[in-house]
Amino acid sequence: MKFTLEIWRQENGEDAGSFSSHEVDDVSPDTSFLEMLDILNEKLTESGGEPIAFDSDCREGICGMCSLVINGEAHGPKRATTTCQLYMRHFPDGASITVEPWRSGAFPVVRDLAVDRSAFDRIMRAGGYVTVHSGPKPDPNDVPVNPEISEKALDASTCIGCGACVAACPNGAAMLYTAAKVSHLSLLPQGQPERQERVQKMVAQMEEEGFGSCRNYGECEAQCPKSISIDFIGHMNRELLRATVIEPTDLRGEMKTQ
Amino acid sequence: MSRIAKYYGSIIGKKAVVAVTGLMLLGFLILHSIGNLKGFLPPNSAGEPDIDVYAHFLTVMGEPLLPDMVALWAIRIILIIALILHVVTVSKLAAHNRRARPVAYRNHKHVAATLPARWMFVTGGIILTFLVIHLLQFTTGTLDPTPIVYGCVYSNLYYAFQQWWILLFYVGALSMVGLHVFHGAWSAFQTLGVDNPDRNRKLRGFALGTAAFLVLGFLSLPTLMYLDVMKHPNAYGESCVLSDGRSE
Ligand code: HEM
Ligand code: SF4
Ligand code: FES
Repeated sequence: MKFTLEIWRQENGEDAGSFSSHEVDDVSPDTSFLEMLDILNEKLTESGGEPIAFDSDCREGICGMCSLVINGEAHGPKRATTTCQLYMRHFPDGASITVEPWRSGAFPVVRDLAVDRSAFDRIMRAGGYVTVHSGPKPDPNDVPVNPEISEKALDASTCIGCGACVAACPNGAAMLYTAAKVSHLSLLPQGQPERQERVQKMVAQMEEEGFGSCRNYGECEAQCPKSISIDFIGHMNRELLRATVIEPTDLRGEMKTQ
Repeated sequence: MSRIAKYYGSIIGKKAVVAVTGLMLLGFLILHSIGNLKGFLPPNSAGEPDIDVYAHFLTVMGEPLLPDMVALWAIRIILIIALILHVVTVSKLAAHNRRARPVAYRNHKHVAATLPARWMFVTGGIILTFLVIHLLQFTTGTLDPTPIVYGCVYSNLYYAFQQWWILLFYVGALSMVGLHVFHGAWSAFQTLGVDNPDRNRKLRGFALGTAAFLVLGFLSLPTLMYLDVMKHPNAYGESCVLSDGRSE
């Protein structure tokens, strides 16, 4: 198979960046998208050029390192699939393919197609944890959990933190990622002690990083490789409202009858 | 109070304010369109059109507890505050969102976002412009290409909607309301965390249903007046007949 690639090249964060055109041919339909880029990079290196920088790690759809907006879609045209699981047979022969990095003010470009996603780590650090005691460990399944709820929490936990939701959102919002993390922990009994402050801190950090606001377009859910549901965004909104109006901030104050 | 300020300080809190004020405006539009449907009801014993009687009721609503116009103005003030909060907050959110993506994509596909969802600002802006013109025409009577007489709602509407261009203007504006509500009446529930997979179809249906109801409900009377299906105002009592033989 033969393809024309329009790839975003950018020396570093300060560089303005631009597209450059590359031809690849003799590509087997069973080559993955990233292997195709590897082959192109070998050719570029052999001819004395600079290889294209892009992120990947596991290449089996579980780590969340790969990215790329391919022909305008985060992780390419195939739904519920990471870029590393995308194959060239998913494109018509002779196709022209545009490849861009995640574009978000909160994800600065490091080089070419690789962006810095540590904004997500800072959101996690702000509240994506549970406290555990250091005494003897309880037996597994000691605390009964409604299986429907635990399944729902597991659905939220399948988020791999890739950032496609931000890349896909016309507003550059990180609501789906943050919502998945908030919901995952606040649905389970282990996450209850921090329930109120978790959502407040994570949402505050999300905003601090400069991510946009939600307009309920649903682009994030559609382009998420793990099909995380926007139901979790509703859940997070509810958690924040609850923390605002229901949860007392002064737990040990005095009360008078007169 | 500080909690509410903190909540409004967050983008999620702001969006909730958009949702609540949007639902308040939506509630008003639903009642307003039902009120307009009174144009189809038969006149009272004195021969006054039912919609004129209803319009008079609105001015004395709350009596004998409240003096005339007090209840009406209370509702108007609540709606004006809701509208201002709605518009100011969506503008703040839009400004925030513009900063979130400093470098645009060359190619960005929309896989799920519907056109009404993407055009909320456009439809909202047109609704705001329409609202000003509409109030200047029928509430204050400042814009009067056709005769407008205080209290003669049926005849005011009748003469206005004899003009094809006024009808066309209202059809255009109401289509914008329909598009805004088609996305908004579902989106508000999602924003407030009320939607979930169990309720999603019903809430989407509610949004489609209210959008259709508002467009058809508001436009039915004007369209039938234009098509001369509705009675001429002179067929009602004497109270709104103009001296030149037309009714006011
Ligand atoms: C009286 C008529 C109006 C009604 C019934 C109405 C209703 C609504 C509703 C229910 C929402 C959904 C809130 C949510 O997504 O949570 C909404 C959103 C919105 N409205 Fe209105 N609205 C009206 C007037 C306006 C006006 C005059 C503007 C002027 C700019 C406007 C601009 C918007 C925008 C931009 C959004 C999307 C906000 C966002 O998602 O960030 N609306 N509206
Ligand atoms: S919600 Fe989906 S798209 Fe967003 S970071 Fe998690 S896995 Fe990636
Ligand atoms: S490289 Fe790990 S998910 Fe794609």
